[in-house]
Amino acid sequence: MTEPLLRLSGLTKAYPGVVANKDVSFDIGRGEVHALLGENGAGKSTLVKTIYGLVKPDSGTMLLEGQSFQPPEPRAARAAGVAMVFQHFSLFDAMNVAENIALGMENPPPQAEIAAQVRAVSDQYGLPLDPTRIVGELSAGERQRVEIIRCLLQDPKLLIMDEPTSVLTPQEVAILFETLRKLSAEGTAILYISHKLEEIRALCDNATVLRLGQVVGTCDPRATSAREMAELMVGTVLHVPEKAARPMGDVILSLKGLSAKAPHRFGTALRDINLEVRKGEVLGIGGVAGNGQDELVAALSGEMKTASAMVTFKGQPIGHLSPNPRRKLGLLAAPEERMGHAAAPDMSLTENAILTAMTRQKLTSRGFLHWAQARRFAEGVIKTFDVRTPGPQNAARSLSGGNLQKFVIGREIMQDPEVLIVNQPTWGVDASAAAAIRQALLDLAAKGTAVIVISQDLDELMEISDRFAALNEGRLSAPRPAAGLTVDEIGLMLGGAHDMEVAHVDA
Amino acid sequence: MDLSSINPILLLASLMVAATPIMLAAIGELVVERAGVLNLGVEGMMITGAVCGFVVAVNTGSPWVGFIGAAVGGALLSLIFGFLTQFLMSNQVATGLALTLFGLGLSALMGQGYIGIKAPAFPDWDIPLLGDIPVIGPIVFQHDPMVYVGLAIVAAVWAFLKYSRAGLILRAVGENHEAAHALGYHVIRVRMLAIMFGGACAGLGGAYLSLVRVPQWTEGMTAGAGWIALAIVVFASWRPGRLLLGAYLFGGVTVLQLNLQAAGAAIAVEYLSMAPYLATIAVLVIMRAGRAPGSLGQSFHASR
Repeated sequence: MTEPLLRLSGLTKAYPGVVANKDVSFDIGRGEVHALLGENGAGKSTLVKTIYGLVKPDSGTMLLEGQSFQPPEPRAARAAGVAMVFQHFSLFDAMNVAENIALGMENPPPQAEIAAQVRAVSDQYGLPLDPTRIVGELSAGERQRVEIIRCLLQDPKLLIMDEPTSVLTPQEVAILFETLRKLSAEGTAILYISHKLEEIRALCDNATVLRLGQVVGTCDPRATSAREMAELMVGTVLHVPEKAARPMGDVILSLKGLSAKAPHRFGTALRDINLEVRKGEVLGIGGVAGNGQDELVAALSGEMKTASAMVTFKGQPIGHLSPNPRRKLGLLAAPEERMGHAAAPDMSLTENAILTAMTRQKLTSRGFLHWAQARRFAEGVIKTFDVRTPGPQNAARSLSGGNLQKFVIGREIMQDPEVLIVNQPTWGVDASAAAAIRQALLDLAAKGTAVIVISQDLDELMEISDRFAALNEGRLSAPRPAAGLTVDEIGLMLGGAHDMEVAHVDA
Repeated sequence: MDLSSINPILLLASLMVAATPIMLAAIGELVVERAGVLNLGVEGMMITGAVCGFVVAVNTGSPWVGFIGAAVGGALLSLIFGFLTQFLMSNQVATGLALTLFGLGLSALMGQGYIGIKAPAFPDWDIPLLGDIPVIGPIVFQHDPMVYVGLAIVAAVWAFLKYSRAGLILRAVGENHEAAHALGYHVIRVRMLAIMFGGACAGLGGAYLSLVRVPQWTEGMTAGAGWIALAIVVFASWRPGRLLLGAYLFGGVTVLQLNLQAAGAAIAVEYLSMAPYLATIAVLVIMRAGRAPGSLGQSFHASR
């Protein structure tokens, strides 16, 4: 039996009040693609940070190629051949590609030489990248290429990838996988963290599942169904949202030639968007982040005003109205970014409820607040949507991401909207909470509300949408029925693969 | 008004002298802000540097030792700011304002007994050859050595930020401290060093006022120069080249308006006094194209 590349035994790390990792042990072999699975908070991040030297374990040992491996800091881990691509890109927007890459290297050569190396590696692995470009101007897929090339230049033995595909189009994912398979064939081990189970089934040789910091199982992802893996992660039977057949009503919201300038320097202009949404319909809008999602939500919710005829609600032009008059009419929105945009982090849940619900729920009169009614409303949201919190007096900040998301979505649903716009409804939310949110949106549509879901999670959109449209550089494709759309068709709607090509390493 | 009383060569020559204190303080603050820290205590560190430099120079008789003392004094005061903001996570804006008020009071206390004394001057020195060039010689090459030290510091900071690895790391820490930490750089250590450099430079700028420009000690003698230095850093888009331009522009208009006052210009003195501030801000706003370091003013804590 050959010795594994990396052996973890009995790793334990506790933070005050929570055990992040408890007695975690597994092996990663040379050239193996090993998946690490788990819900949010299962301890995946802590574990990889331990391997990368950012976190010191309380107990347990690691062996790299048979030698004791206890990196005191990331530099030591990098020197030993461990490289990591982070979930939230660890890039510096104001600097160029070559400078960003130099920051991730131990003894970087001069800039000109880095640029030459970047060109060579990007050519070899089919990841085109110009070393002189400023990172802030790159697309998400290109930014990830910067991270990957930064790792590849160090010739790693083990490459850790934390949720690498969440911002990529299907074509970009396919190209990434080609690159990873080449690396694996060359002997580089890959530790791959994701909660997209189909990807893991397509890519990985082995999987280790974490739940509440403990290893609860290992499996061969090629021989295990996605559902079985999901249930191993969650620990219970997973509830899949049901889409009931329902009749479509009249057109309730329509956009005619909606155009708007980019609201700020890094924003996207909306270009000639035409769309009709019917009562009882769920319309899914996909697209890679930064293609106009935020601007479209702002134009629909009233945060960004347009010419009045561009947005009509029940035949009435409303493009010039601000959010509160639109709420009064029955058009509600739940933006992304729970902390700061959809909720005020340091205000209580009751106060957050008042902020959007006061118009429709009549929580004020003559400028004064009805605290008792507001509290009842917040309690109603908490109860109906199973928000885990001691009560509505708690600050929004104290809730976990998934719980706050349930509150934010629930707050709008409980106001009986006629049109509801949600942006990234399940971003960073674990599987069971995500299923609950999707079910709530479907139930709302069944009652006759038109729901517009903007998301980067294509699986989610396919699961709940009746029709699907894609945003690309501020333009919206013509919506198509979601049933029967193939991944390739969706990819083309999203605007192709941003000139990426498949890796062509000469073996 | 008698414009012929203004000698253009003397005017341009005194421009460099007038600009030096602000330039020194601003280049220090530029490094601090590029590391992601907003220290509003420049005024306090300047005046503390002014009094420390004056006291040391008077007691040792050497202006050089005085400047070293000023740099140490400014750096020590900035350490208080660094400790409060980097280790105790206090708010940078409030702490910086407090540092200014503290510095003003502390300097007044330290300077008691030194009022009305004259500072030791640099010995006269001539730069051979260069100083003898007609017109340019008197304008550029007949100043005290600190003018050139200041220019050398600006050039060194420019090269450090642009070409050195340490400069790259410093910019990375200021741009995105979370990412820099994730890559294994020591955010707090880099920031403490930057804060101390900023304090030392502000101290030098203050001492230039008390040892060369005035040259004696009076309470509150910096008179807002630290605030102008802060403004120049922002309007110069955090770039050393533009900072030099901004400081010289400010110095130039300051000298010009003093000359105009002396020449009896028919404009109210108050408007003339405003002119340097208005001109500097107007020009730098027009040129402005940069963006602030991404993590400027945010506290960093390595959690999880």
